Amino acid sequence: MRAIAPVIGGIDWSWSLDGPIVLVAMLCAVSAAIPGNFLVLRRMSLLGDAISHAVLPGIAAAFFITGSRASLPLFIGAVVVGSLTAFFTGWVARVGRVDEGASMGVVFTSLFAIGLIMIVQIADTVDLDVSCVLYGSIETVALDQTTWFGLTLPRAAWSIAIVCVVNLAFVTLFFKELQLASFDAGLATSSGFSAAVLHYALMILVAITAVASFESVGSVLVVAMFIVPPATAFLLTQRLSRMILISIALAVVSAVAGYVLAVAGPRAFGFESTKVAGCISVVAGGMFAAAVLFSPQTGVVPRRIRSRRLRREILRDDILAYLFRVEERSESRGSAATDFSSLRQILLCKASRLKRCLSELQRDGRIAMDALHYRLTDAGRTEAVKLVRSHRLWETYLQDHADVDPQRLHVHAEQMEHFTDPQLRQRLDRLTDTATDPHGSPIPKE
Amino acid sequence: MIAASDWMRVLSLQDYNTRLVVLGTAVLGAAAGLIGVYTLLRRRALMGDAISHATWPGIAGAYLIYQSVADVGSVSKPHGWLLLGATITGLLGMATVVAINRLTKLKEDAALGIALSVFFGGGVALRGIVQQIRGGSAAGLESFIYGKTASMTVVDLYWIIGASAVVFVAALLLRKEWTLLCFDAGFAGSEGYPTLALDGLLMAAVTAVSIVGLQAVGLILMIALLVIPPAAARFWTDDLTRLLYISIAVGAVSGCSGAIASAVYPNLPSGAMIVLCAASMFGISLLIAPARGLIPRHWRRRHLNRVILHQHLLRAMYEAQEERTDDVVTFDELIGARSWSTRALRRAIAASIGDGWIIEVPGQTTSGSALQLTRRGFAEAARLTREHRLWELYLITHADVAPAKVDRQADRIEHVVEPEILADLRSMLGETESPMLPSPHMVGPESGDGTDHRVRT
Repeated sequence: MRAIAPVIGGIDWSWSLDGPIVLVAMLCAVSAAIPGNFLVLRRMSLLGDAISHAVLPGIAAAFFITGSRASLPLFIGAVVVGSLTAFFTGWVARVGRVDEGASMGVVFTSLFAIGLIMIVQIADTVDLDVSCVLYGSIETVALDQTTWFGLTLPRAAWSIAIVCVVNLAFVTLFFKELQLASFDAGLATSSGFSAAVLHYALMILVAITAVASFESVGSVLVVAMFIVPPATAFLLTQRLSRMILISIALAVVSAVAGYVLAVAGPRAFGFESTKVAGCISVVAGGMFAAAVLFSPQTGVVPRRIRSRRLRREILRDDILAYLFRVEERSESRGSAATDFSSLRQILLCKASRLKRCLSELQRDGRIAMDALHYRLTDAGRTEAVKLVRSHRLWETYLQDHADVDPQRLHVHAEQMEHFTDPQLRQRLDRLTDTATDPHGSPIPKE
Repeated sequence: MIAASDWMRVLSLQDYNTRLVVLGTAVLGAAAGLIGVYTLLRRRALMGDAISHATWPGIAGAYLIYQSVADVGSVSKPHGWLLLGATITGLLGMATVVAINRLTKLKEDAALGIALSVFFGGGVALRGIVQQIRGGSAAGLESFIYGKTASMTVVDLYWIIGASAVVFVAALLLRKEWTLLCFDAGFAGSEGYPTLALDGLLMAAVTAVSIVGLQAVGLILMIALLVIPPAAARFWTDDLTRLLYISIAVGAVSGCSGAIASAVYPNLPSGAMIVLCAASMFGISLLIAPARGLIPRHWRRRHLNRVILHQHLLRAMYEAQEERTDDVVTFDELIGARSWSTRALRRAIAASIGDGWIIEVPGQTTSGSALQLTRRGFAEAARLTREHRLWELYLITHADVAPAKVDRQADRIEHVVEPEILADLRSMLGETESPMLPSPHMVGPESGDGTDHRVRT
């Protein structure tokens, strides 16, 4: 196995030590990311956080009743109280007409306070560590192994794997219903299944996932995994099915990379490895930041690049159209200056951008330079005719058919000339039927 | 059992420490209650949640930096450093929320959740490193999460009072601006107010209160102080000034009483007690607040339903006897007049007999009881019927409603109309003080031609 595991920073990776931890982290991340998609879409992202704080009284109550630290009663107690958090939040918001966020804040902090008090009361008899619930101890999962079907895995891995399968099955079976209910609850209800029932089923799943996860990995990780991978996927695609698949992939990647960061990161500064759960959330956060910046459709950087490209395209069009108008006018009023500085004054743009656009046009053979003055080539003239023709056709059309104020004709036409294709020009020509535009300039023929 | 002397000792604030804690939590509760009102109205109630989680990496990081800068092995807790670190990452977390809101199509809740979980995750990772430093686990960073109210020092108190004073002054100076921002941010922007800066100041105030509160009540319970008092106050009033006063009072009282309860019963953690006090005030407000509380609302609705039922009964009585000379109406006639249950009708009859509107006439008919309007009841019934028919007439002539449908619509509105509107109606329809309008549609099954018996006046 050592051969497969790469060596990072001189650390020996081994399957028997690292494997179970990475496996549990991956299962946790995936099982939280699946229902998380619907939390993000339904604008209830903070519910995971609320539930994971609110389960304390459930755990304490289960201990009061059974008097033992057996997993199952504690699990059931936590799930019941976790689901109640969702119910109470909805109830207080609806009945008390309180803002949904505020009602969530009221409910989960109150439950947490009750839980803290209960735990302090039983603290003498049992060691129920609150910080263990919050941070978890994924590092120790490998100590408690269970063999099922001849496969020896950490006990936590088995329980979370079951939750993961249940979540996947639920989302696959009710995909259509969940999709409809998330986007249009009214339509869902009117088409025959109750959006409310589905909503509460989802809430119970969220509670089960949260509780199953923090026994082993703490609530920090689940809370992050409920929100961050789905939110990242939301930025990368418009389809729900793809969003879920991407969020699962992101969850897996952040689990693995987070583990590597937790072990290798602190080494760089001379420390031992740190909390895995925290590092996984940080990696997921990093991927979210990357998606905000670089997502192809909505990313900040691609959007900026696209708008710059468009701006240059428009400037190139403007240069061609201006040079054409200068040629046109030179027959009647003598030629105007078309050197760099006069172009810059006319077109009002940064020198660097103008320089770049001019050299692009020269490279494409649209314009040429004579004694520091630019002029159109034949290819450039064909292009410019199209633009000026579009411009003047639009001016005519806007005056004849759209009743636009004559003062504003030029501004509107100036915007529309850049995206007018031949078909549109043909239709405009048919609609206008005149040889000159409203300002008296001839409309050139293509 | 707690002796009365213990109560006296705590309530009269004889202990220096109790005095300190009660004062500190009361001031903190008041400041959080004040600033919480604005975040609640801005629909960012959980902003405090995100900010207080975001302070965590700052606390752990500041400790790490302090340890590497200062003499190795010094175990003292660098209070100022920790607060500075908390402030820096708290503000960073807030900036992250704003940036996600502005740069992506994700909604507010997702922005809060991302900032909260990623920053807290970072804090947990840094804390894992802090614990490896000698003395790191004893540095008391834990107290920032769960709070350690009982051991509040005078330095903590000064921090709380200082931050609260700044927040109160800011709220006083920016009252108009913040109010405008909370109710109509778009309008504030168009009026030339720098909304982004105002928003930033509001969030900075939240950060300041959260950070000084972290040590007093802990991270999670700090959120409660920011959310619960304003949410509880909202049940009592619609007026912003009163809302502020009530919220401040709720915050201060829950701070005090929580701290006192915890001082009397030492095994109740004070942070949790403070939150429970606030939560019970929320619960009480939810139930009994006159303006929006559940019970008063329920009573108002019940009262209205009774009035409506009673008016329906009188009108049904009037209409049943309208066309005849005989003025005795049987129970069976009434039960057929509308779709009401026997039980509801019996109750309404009993109430009306009690009020003196109708009387029971014994031995008039063989089947069931017979009823008769009193003189006073007749006048009231005539008035109600007249108003009902006025509405019907108005709906037919002015609102173009089909005659078969006016009854149901008039039924809904007649109980809530004010006298002024009725007077308007009367003059609009050019109606004189005639004794009774004829019904615009058939009344009673026997008078019609059997088309639709459910539509009745």
